[in-house]
Amino acid sequence: MSEAATVQPHVQHETAVEPVQSPLTPDSMGKLGMWLFLCADAMTFGAAIAAYGALRIGNMNWPIPSTILGIPSTAVMTFILICSSVTMVEALSAIRRDDQARFRKFLALTVLGGIAFLGLQAREWTHLIATEGLSIKTSLFSGTFFLLTGFHGCHVFGGVVYLSVLLLRGMAGKITAVKYGLVEVAGLYWHFVDLVWILIFTFVYLI
Amino acid sequence: MSEAMAVSPSMEHEHVEPNYIAIWIYLAVLTVFELIVAYAPIPKAAMVGLLVGLAWAKAVLVAMYFMHLRFERRTLAIIALIPVMLVTFLTFMLVPDLSTRIYARHHMGEVVRMEHALGKDISGPNPNVAP
Repeated sequence: MSEAATVQPHVQHETAVEPVQSPLTPDSMGKLGMWLFLCADAMTFGAAIAAYGALRIGNMNWPIPSTILGIPSTAVMTFILICSSVTMVEALSAIRRDDQARFRKFLALTVLGGIAFLGLQAREWTHLIATEGLSIKTSLFSGTFFLLTGFHGCHVFGGVVYLSVLLLRGMAGKITAVKYGLVEVAGLYWHFVDLVWILIFTFVYLI
Repeated sequence: MSEAMAVSPSMEHEHVEPNYIAIWIYLAVLTVFELIVAYAPIPKAAMVGLLVGLAWAKAVLVAMYFMHLRFERRTLAIIALIPVMLVTFLTFMLVPDLSTRIYARHHMGEVVRMEHALGKDISGPNPNVAP
């Protein structure tokens, strides 16, 4: 009897501890899911950039990008995206403190940054297609250019939609400090889009 | 063991916030450096090396501080490193294609190269020419 009484609590203790210590809590699941998605997405971008590199190195007479593409306007686009990453982390740090007004302001600025980026990219594409007469079929240079920047642009567009939905929910007061995880996960996506642009800017425009 | 486990969740709640403005300045300065390097009259190889280094430095800054990888569990950093490793491997897998293309450019092509290596005639009918 006494033996059973001493053994029993120990066993209960062992089984009770296990689920609590699981690294996959509902809070971290969203974050882990986003990271896994970003890893898969990174492979797609990585494969596209590697293919671009292979086509470029394998070609004898690849044009110098700066003779065709506008570097100054793209540098501005890069700077806008970096700024929008900063406003995103500011929005996250505001919602952690439940500072609703600051959260909405910085999230709106992030969305605006994304829209500004897309606007400048649309301007660049219009110039290249309408004025320079380039298309995805013209050459390997223009083909890889439109593919890489277009795929990234789709990501920025997706991010603008994603963050706009978050902003609308924030406006409706549905995002509180408890739900900061939603903002953090959206932020991960947005910073990833920024990170990929940093690499594309270097590999496609500068080199 | 249980003591260490009890400590870690409370440490997670203690939120560390990096100086985002400092990271922003670093990123802006590195971008300006990139532009200077891109237009500087230096050898192409040095330029490419510098630009790739600067780009990766910026990417690591974004991942570590904006994506909080520095303050997460190490498991997450390992997960994030996997695509980097795989893409590096993928790039190396393209080397056979690249090296043979560059070879074919300088010499007369794959068939001639293989004939030279084997010391015999292996060329069949040219599939690109109508019989």
